[in-house]
Amino acid sequence: MHIPDGFLSNGINAATFVVSAGVCAYGVTRVNRHLGEKEVPLMGVTAAFIFAAQMLNFPVAGGTSGHFLGAVFCSVLMGPWASLIIMTMVLIVQCLGFADGGLTALGSNIFNMGIVGALGGHGIFLILYQLSGKRRSGFFFALAVSSWLSIVMGASAAAVELAISGTSPLKVALPAMAGVHALIGLGEAIITTTAVSLILKTRPDLVQSYAQREGLYGKAA
Amino acid sequence: MERRLKGFLWMGLGISLLLALFLSPFASSSPDGLEKVAEDKGFAEKAEGFSLWKCSPFPDYAISWIENEKVSTALSGLVGTLAIFFIAMGVGKLLKRSTA
Repeated sequence: MHIPDGFLSNGINAATFVVSAGVCAYGVTRVNRHLGEKEVPLMGVTAAFIFAAQMLNFPVAGGTSGHFLGAVFCSVLMGPWASLIIMTMVLIVQCLGFADGGLTALGSNIFNMGIVGALGGHGIFLILYQLSGKRRSGFFFALAVSSWLSIVMGASAAAVELAISGTSPLKVALPAMAGVHALIGLGEAIITTTAVSLILKTRPDLVQSYAQREGLYGKAA
Repeated sequence: MERRLKGFLWMGLGISLLLALFLSPFASSSPDGLEKVAEDKGFAEKAEGFSLWKCSPFPDYAISWIENEKVSTALSGLVGTLAIFFIAMGVGKLLKRSTA
């Protein structure tokens, strides 16, 4: 759902750029407070994995493809703020290095996939995980639903931006974007739960949201 | 750094590089969700002929002087994956709390 140049109005580009820059700046201060020595290489590897996995478009119905986003995956692994920073870095590299997503639309893409996808997705994950009574099955249920929703919500945000920009009316863009991304989101949920369960098997302490429950990080972290 | 963590991280990086090198050339080239909606709803042409940033070294995950499309995608993916790894490590180093 990387928006290219030309789809959005200058007003939307400017507004989302300001919001994204502001939230990222706040995110930097949050990450700065918590990121330890051990998390630095983990940040590099997570970003590399997300970049590589985002290249792997899988076919969905009707001659359309979709790819893994990794926003909720990264949030559960590194915390939501580090996830926002990682998604932002990936989007900047994709935009400047690979012409994937327009430079004018960078603010919107960070907003849709970083703020809505990573922060919003993580918020939903936390709510569902709490509601489930913090059981193991609840963890995976929350992970599947929130990663699916992160795609649908991000795509819906893109539809709203397209509508405000006058590119496509909301009653056309919203159902179309949410509909196709509801399918792509299924892939997101499958990849996210599979990847996290594999990491939990080998290094449960690296999964922050789970490790906190297990007390592996201690109260202070 | 603890040895087991090191191994895990190397494995993660290795998996990422393998995905970029060997799977990305075989990824679906169908339009993605947004492109498909843009085609169906008639606003795809708005993206054509305008781009603010024209200096991408690998536009559309391709290296211009490599003719074989699969090799071109694989190598650009490999370079990108390594680049983002070092960038994210560098940013992480700058961001980590000073009293570690």
